Amino acid sequence: MSLKLGVPSKGRLMDKTFAWFEKRGITLSRSGSDREYAGKVEGIDGVSLILLSAGEIPRELAAGRIHLGVTGIDLVQEKLPRWEQQVEQISPLGFGKADLIIATPACWVDVDTLDDLDAAAAAFRNTHGHRLRIATKYHRLVREFLTDAGVADYTLVDSQGATEGTVVNETAEAIADITSTGETLRANHLKILTDGLILRSQATLWRSRVANYDADDKVTLSELQDRLS
Amino acid sequence: MPNRSQIQARAATMRVRFEAAGAQVVDPPLLQPAEVLLDLYGEDIRGRAYVTSDALRGEQMLRPDFTLPVVQMHMREGAEPARYTYSGEVFRRQEHDPDRSNEYIQVGYEVFDRDDPAGSDAEVFSLFALQLRGLPLRAATGDIGILISAVEGLRTTDRRKAALMRHLWRPRRFRVLLDRFSGRKPAPEGRAALLEAENPLAIDAPMIGKRRAAEIEARIDALREDRDTAPISDNEIAGLETLLNVRETMPFALEQLRDIAVDLPQITPALNRLEARIAALQARGVDAEKLDFEASYGRTSMEYYDGFVFGFYAEGRPDLPPIATGGRYDALTRQLGNGAEIPAVGGVLRPDLMLEIEEAAQ
Repeated sequence: MSLKLGVPSKGRLMDKTFAWFEKRGITLSRSGSDREYAGKVEGIDGVSLILLSAGEIPRELAAGRIHLGVTGIDLVQEKLPRWEQQVEQISPLGFGKADLIIATPACWVDVDTLDDLDAAAAAFRNTHGHRLRIATKYHRLVREFLTDAGVADYTLVDSQGATEGTVVNETAEAIADITSTGETLRANHLKILTDGLILRSQATLWRSRVANYDADDKVTLSELQDRLS
Repeated sequence: MPNRSQIQARAATMRVRFEAAGAQVVDPPLLQPAEVLLDLYGEDIRGRAYVTSDALRGEQMLRPDFTLPVVQMHMREGAEPARYTYSGEVFRRQEHDPDRSNEYIQVGYEVFDRDDPAGSDAEVFSLFALQLRGLPLRAATGDIGILISAVEGLRTTDRRKAALMRHLWRPRRFRVLLDRFSGRKPAPEGRAALLEAENPLAIDAPMIGKRRAAEIEARIDALREDRDTAPISDNEIAGLETLLNVRETMPFALEQLRDIAVDLPQITPALNRLEARIAALQARGVDAEKLDFEASYGRTSMEYYDGFVFGFYAEGRPDLPPIATGGRYDALTRQLGNGAEIPAVGGVLRPDLMLEIEEAAQ
């Protein structure tokens, strides 16, 4: 057996994860061609690399099919109910920083806070006969946040991409999405509510609390944790 | 732990008792159209109910409770007065507590009757107390109608009252609104400048989205009106706060509430209803002298109740959900009645929890 480490299979997230481990003397690489989702680990024994979509890593950790995984705090908290029971945070990686926020059109000069959003939602429902739509892919996190804040008369509509565009297209009145610089929001004439920060996220290394660890795995894990700290 | 057939046998026995009290058995479908539930509960219900769908009928929910379908059925085809009983599974998503069941059996009793609401309240409560006799339970009661009448009678604008009413069941948001309307919480930063601006919409951002300029202007007008409205008086706020904290046995609670009615005379009719209910309970052999009454009871979990509310809780088992809950929901019949309405009161019991408590006691 070996410790299975799940890492995002594509793009900047993969490159930066590889660089982060490299700095700590552990070389991760794709084996073979770019199309192959198998990987190689050098610099430590007993660890195998599994390349996965970042969105699948929380589920694989929770199922115990991988022991370690790199993915965002946002995805872990959205996809895993009672996430603390299923995974443990080993280390934030310092990149992939993004905030999950609620944004409305910038032209809503009367709306700055969740309070205002709630009042606007009530009036919107009276005028249009349907609840104010908030486009997001983070259904659980957004619903729990808004329930806690006591916002009513809204409905979540699913948007798996180009969420900022839903307002212009009038398929939603507001959005809840991740943003790092706010650039895309501004370009789409959206503004963040002053108390609309739901979660600060970044790429993080997690350990599954559910996976099986044999004696060798435990030794490898403790060596790895020493090297990474 | 009690097994399924024990629970079903107990449910059947309880339903027979409700039938003996004059109820007709009803059996609403397991799948309920999601739209009605979403309209009533809002997005929150998605966190609590299982949602499924097909291309033809759209979104459906696995029955999260019986009250809604029973009310719909009664408003559609019911004769008056009517008493209904039912037993069957309800389904609740549990994402936070793995010890809570996501599927369990409820047995219920609902009364639709225009005459003698106090008598109907007492009828439901006493029948429930009878079903639960011998179990180590604590009964809690309250009356949302008192709070509703207190808010409706405040000496302030209809808009403020509507905002408070909308959040009656969300105590935190209710508190925020109350603080703002009483002038205790300052308006958010930049609000004054916005409201004083000659042309608040003249900003460097294009008008986008389905919420039009006219709607934004209407809200600004509403905010201006609110800015120019006198705060809700300290007297009324103090009365409301004292009211929310009343927690006594029924007759003493009534006495305290009568004192509060000096500042909030609008609650007097609701207090008369409470007084009539106490008499009706006593006439049915319930010892109302010893019954707990909390004016805030039912504000967080019982969204459609608007009058008498009650619950039975297992003594020494704070881990268990309530064994039985119920209350009056006149407004719900109006909402679902397409113009019709009828006073209604009812509740549900959990035979699984009753058996569990009995087992633990042995």
